[in-house]
Amino acid sequence: MAQLQTPKDYVPGTHPNLPPPVATTGVSGWLKSNLFSSPTNIALTVLAAYFLYKIVPPVFHWAVLDAVVDAGHRNECREIGSGACWAVVVIRFEQFMYGFYPEHLRWRVNLAFVMMLLALVPVLYDNLPWRKYLLWYSLAFPFIGFFMLWGGLGFEPVESAKIGGFTLTVIIGVTGIVVSLPIGIVLSLGRRSKMPIVRSLSIIFIEFFRGVPLITLLFVASTLLNYFMPPGTYIDLLLRVVVMVILFASAYMAEVIRGGFAAIPKGQFEAADALGLNYQKSMRLIILPQALKISIPGIVNTFIGLYKDTTLVVIVGLLDPLGISRAVLADSAWQGLSTELYIFIAVGFFISCFAMSRYSLYLERKLDTGYRN
Amino acid sequence: MQQVAVSPSRTSFKLSDLWSEQKSRQIIIQIIVLVILLSVVGYLIRNTAANLELLGRGIEYGFLFSPASYDINQSLIEYTSRSSHLRAGIVGLLNTALVAICGIFLATIVGFVAGVLRLSSNWLVSRIVYVFVEFSRNVPVLLWILLWHGVIIHSLPHPRQAIATFEGLFLSNRGFYVPKPLFDPQIWWVVAALIIAIAGAIVFARHARTRQELTGETYPVLTINIGAIVLIPLVAYFFSGAPVELEMPIFKGFNFTGGLVLSPELVALTFALGIYTGAFIAEIVRAGILAVSHGQTEAAYSLGIKPNWTMRLIILPQALRVIVPPLISQYLNLTKNSSLAIAVGYMDIVATIGGITLNQTGRALECMSIVLAIYLLISLGISAIMNWYNKRISLVER
Repeated sequence: MAQLQTPKDYVPGTHPNLPPPVATTGVSGWLKSNLFSSPTNIALTVLAAYFLYKIVPPVFHWAVLDAVVDAGHRNECREIGSGACWAVVVIRFEQFMYGFYPEHLRWRVNLAFVMMLLALVPVLYDNLPWRKYLLWYSLAFPFIGFFMLWGGLGFEPVESAKIGGFTLTVIIGVTGIVVSLPIGIVLSLGRRSKMPIVRSLSIIFIEFFRGVPLITLLFVASTLLNYFMPPGTYIDLLLRVVVMVILFASAYMAEVIRGGFAAIPKGQFEAADALGLNYQKSMRLIILPQALKISIPGIVNTFIGLYKDTTLVVIVGLLDPLGISRAVLADSAWQGLSTELYIFIAVGFFISCFAMSRYSLYLERKLDTGYRN
Repeated sequence: MQQVAVSPSRTSFKLSDLWSEQKSRQIIIQIIVLVILLSVVGYLIRNTAANLELLGRGIEYGFLFSPASYDINQSLIEYTSRSSHLRAGIVGLLNTALVAICGIFLATIVGFVAGVLRLSSNWLVSRIVYVFVEFSRNVPVLLWILLWHGVIIHSLPHPRQAIATFEGLFLSNRGFYVPKPLFDPQIWWVVAALIIAIAGAIVFARHARTRQELTGETYPVLTINIGAIVLIPLVAYFFSGAPVELEMPIFKGFNFTGGLVLSPELVALTFALGIYTGAFIAEIVRAGILAVSHGQTEAAYSLGIKPNWTMRLIILPQALRVIVPPLISQYLNLTKNSSLAIAVGYMDIVATIGGITLNQTGRALECMSIVLAIYLLISLGISAIMNWYNKRISLVER
């Protein structure tokens, strides 16, 4: 501490800089302000700590310390340890990834996945060199991917009933979002249109597909769609499901983009009109770029919802990760291990969905120009 | 000038002018759209007719009145396997409503508590809630339903060793056993008293409001009204001779008798839907409270308004304006997600009419149309309410 000086012989500026009080800095200061600032806060902290103490150690024991990774069947698991039996996940891991895709062709799935990620890069990052040309590759990828997964063009063909696991999840999710985006744009333009027939048709379409649960649409796909086709035609179940998912997603997409339109200041429309641009040009050059930019976070959120909803296809009998887990649980060697399997799938979904929601938050911050209204 | 420019085009009419003129172009586009639509619909109808002819039957809903001949494990109204398909459908609809209402109730509580705690200044609490919310919303709801169902079926004991929590509440893998209230006809006195109390409370609140506007004097409206609504029915309850008895579940032989059974499916669905939707509501509540600018609080304090009055009169009304519309659409989502009940064998409307009835009668077209129409009615009804509410509370801007 500095020596006490009388005001008389104090020369301005000579007082030493004192360190801040101990209680407001460092660990103890942080603890005090964040955990123990008031009696209520202290009580809350104690309660929360007690809650963690009750939950975390048992879960940790079950999932890590007492867990069994290496075993041939369920009873062997139970003999070795009392915790989770991750052995079932380890042994069936490939099935959870690829379903029943032929083993010697799985490199095609892997390659298609890597190519998809490469195709996403120019879409997601806008300051890439050669972006214009790379976008052409992104546009072509869906066709390349189709031939790689289902075969044809010299590749050995694979039935779609063999495709399963997280591969199926990604296929349905990505196809759904990619195809529904342009349909959604058209629908949202239709909903804003001044032509009564076009507008009411768009509204009917959007409200119908948003009003019913996806599961009933999947039932329609599995039981009803055959009625609407010429007698004797058979359409692949996966294709029927994907069509329904696309219709469902485009209705949601249309509403997200409509929100984007609504957020554009009216002056932009008037400015486009004042420049003498016709409808197509004003939409393409002025309105749509802004509306889409504003709605990107919403689009990502729709995608996350759609990606999670792909699990519903298990109910009409497709082999997504949940369908695989049903098949595994039916095996007498692994009966009763549903908790382990579901947790494994949940973690798989959590990682991808959490990453995407972080990305959408990052976009929201990046795109927030601050003059939206 | 203008007339000179227009008149030659009038005299020499070209077909392409129809496309240049905005009005006629709109009509042309609409005609094209209509023709395409009608031909697609016609094609589908023709195919359907051909398919139905092959099957040798038309579209008719008469099967709804024939016996369903399947059992439903949980039903709010009387139902046997000899009841009609229509009755099975009503049972399913009531089950949908039951799980939706229970789920909405739980989701609202979870959502508001988690949303407020997430904003807590206590670091530990807000972190725990953050982890909970992110985990709940980033995992598919179907997975949550199956997980909860699995936990109840596999981890809870057989009824013989059921966990007794409070008096009369037993947890077992066959379901949760709770006391069942038995109502005496005298209960109507209590109901009447409750209605009178609520009506009185509304009148009193109106009176207090006019009085405050005229004279500036206030009554403790909230305390008096809550007191009246609680006390008056309570008095009626004891004067009419305590008409409600609780029938306790008792373990007898192999299972419980008496009491009310909440099936594992119902419990799993309620928890899964309630917590999943609750996590979304938590984020909505948090965003709503954060959306009210801090200047509002400061302005209220500088006017000398007490902290809890600031919350009630300044912050909450403004936050609710932001919270309510997405909140209602979450309720709607929950109702639609309750159709996943079929995954655990809970007999809701999709599982009865769209599931077993469809498989038994083979009338896919009729059954699915009923299910779709019901869901459509529910969501259109709720969005109509929402639009009305939005119009009512939206700020009048100049």
